[in-house]
Amino acid sequence: MDKFTTLTGVAAPMPLVNIDTDMIIPKQFLKTIQRSGLGKNLFDEMRFDDDGNEIATFVLNQPAYRNAQILVAGDNFGCGSSREHAPWALADFGIRVVISTSFADIFFNNCFKNGMLPIVLPQDQVDLLMEDASKGANARIAVDLESQTVTSSDGQVFSFQIDPFKKHCLLNGLDDIGLTLEKVSAIDTFVAQAAQARPWV
Amino acid sequence: MPKTLYDKIWDAHVVHEDKDGTCLLYIDRHLVHEVTSPQAFEGLRMSGRTVRAPEKTIAVPDHNVPTTPDRENGIENEESRIQVDALDRNAREFGVNYYPVNDIRQGIVHIVGPEQGWTLPGMTVVCGDSHTATHGAFGALAHGIGTSEVEHVLATQTLIQQKSKNMKVEITGSLRPGVTAKDITLSVIGATGTAGGTGYVIEYCGQAIEELSMEGRMTVCNMAIEGGARAGLIAPDEKTFAYVKGRPHAPKGAQWDAALAWWKTLKSDADAHWDKVITLKGEEIAPVVTWGTSPEDVLPITGEVPDPASFAGGKVDAARRALEYMGLKPGQKLTDIEIDTVFIGSCTNGRIEDLRAAAAILKGQKIKPGLRAMVVPGSGLVRAQAEEEGLAQIFLDAGFEWRLAGCSMCLAMNPDQLSPGERCAATSNRNFEGRQGRGGRTHLMSPAMAAAAAITGRLTDIRKMMAQTA
Repeated sequence: MDKFTTLTGVAAPMPLVNIDTDMIIPKQFLKTIQRSGLGKNLFDEMRFDDDGNEIATFVLNQPAYRNAQILVAGDNFGCGSSREHAPWALADFGIRVVISTSFADIFFNNCFKNGMLPIVLPQDQVDLLMEDASKGANARIAVDLESQTVTSSDGQVFSFQIDPFKKHCLLNGLDDIGLTLEKVSAIDTFVAQAAQARPWV
Repeated sequence: MPKTLYDKIWDAHVVHEDKDGTCLLYIDRHLVHEVTSPQAFEGLRMSGRTVRAPEKTIAVPDHNVPTTPDRENGIENEESRIQVDALDRNAREFGVNYYPVNDIRQGIVHIVGPEQGWTLPGMTVVCGDSHTATHGAFGALAHGIGTSEVEHVLATQTLIQQKSKNMKVEITGSLRPGVTAKDITLSVIGATGTAGGTGYVIEYCGQAIEELSMEGRMTVCNMAIEGGARAGLIAPDEKTFAYVKGRPHAPKGAQWDAALAWWKTLKSDADAHWDKVITLKGEEIAPVVTWGTSPEDVLPITGEVPDPASFAGGKVDAARRALEYMGLKPGQKLTDIEIDTVFIGSCTNGRIEDLRAAAAILKGQKIKPGLRAMVVPGSGLVRAQAEEEGLAQIFLDAGFEWRLAGCSMCLAMNPDQLSPGERCAATSNRNFEGRQGRGGRTHLMSPAMAAAAAITGRLTDIRKMMAQTA
């Protein structure tokens, strides 16, 4: 997995609440058997019209945000389907950080498996960053995972919380499965005990 | 220390706990479908790993499969076919339990699991699908995971987890006639919002929940995710045990007795701690429909389309956008909304009881001319049972299409889709923009309400129709 340490980049504002994973990557693109290549279909139905032409008003089609690396989004980002294609599509487009007041559980977890950082901040701070993001390409937001801070383009610093284990894995680009397999003897012990306690399972 | 049902199941599955509280949780059942698993199996191959417990892994194609009879000749859409073929290859290569497309036991993964007795009380159940919450109806801790976690469970039969908080949702009293499990679960989401359950595992309880059949309880738990919760649970009782007993993979003989003894302990202690409590009165719940593009956009069928200005914060713009997408105006009576499509099916409402409820309304009736209406049973076995009970004939006589099992128009990955502007009365779980097809408009409701809408061609208060036929 890619490491995540720091990122300074253009942030795109998406103030809409309840942006669901069907919006992030519509179902017709879930038929792939690969993880890569989904960025071109990110937010497909909001980004392109029926004929496949760009919808000029959509934020990621605007010149300032075509290379955005951060999203500042409305509450409950990533709700709905568990499809990991949503973070795959965001990452493939180039977005590594999403900032919101809250995230849906499964989407939130999926981000960490893909070197992406979802950041939860209070409403007033998200509002300030949304305003900052609305200024366009010159307003670059800086994210530092080690110090757990987001810095706006005018130098305001906001601290965020993150689970220490998830932070450790992101900073070091660790593979969860490899870590768990180091505990294989604990799993074996559990299985042996469970076979006694609940043999019907 | 007193514990909730969630605490008890959690504690019984902790393999290892880190100092910071991160746990390795053992997974008893892993359900797999074709859309969220190919990258996980490929990951195993690339890293030289294998499936740790193939006997606890169950694979079935459901999302992509066509539901027309010609699917016996293969899947026409190339991408769908590749994905279903990949599941077939992976299931056989890694030796997991598998129900292929043309097996009568094939169906939606969350209907097949309980039907075959894979889902049992007190288990941990995961699947790369958010509606895994369905299995919580058995008092199992069940939730959706992403594809990376699917690979993790395949390789280790465990999941790295942080414990959620405990939320109790109590539905007191009894439901009124015409009100169903779907109305309960939508009303709860209407009350809490789609993020109201974020960070929680919900236990549903109360008289109205106890009075539900197992099918109804599955409908309630199925939509726990639409309220943002990691999982929804209902304590197992005699109905649960009766449903499970005799299923192909349920325990038998002495093992049944041992299992039953443990299952009977699976309930929250009277003085357990709840981080959040919601109470609704069962007798006050009305038949509901959704008007917008989020499952929280729910109102009693007697209501009117709301004015976006009546909301607060970011919801004002979201509601404005929703009304524009849905082609609705504030103040419009919900019963004046005309539909052109009816979809009865999905992991929310594709079980035998759902088909019985819809058929009871449709018996001797015809759907409104010009309407497209389809029933997609949740599994091949549900379909066979409905045919045996004469329900299929009622649907066909009324003018419905009678399909083979699959997810179908719930998410429209197969050919069953809405065209732009088409409006659907649907028994599924999501009314998101584009969910049932680009530009398609979805109103969520119970099977009986969808059947009533099929007859009148508009959203309809089932209670009025029941009064007429009574």
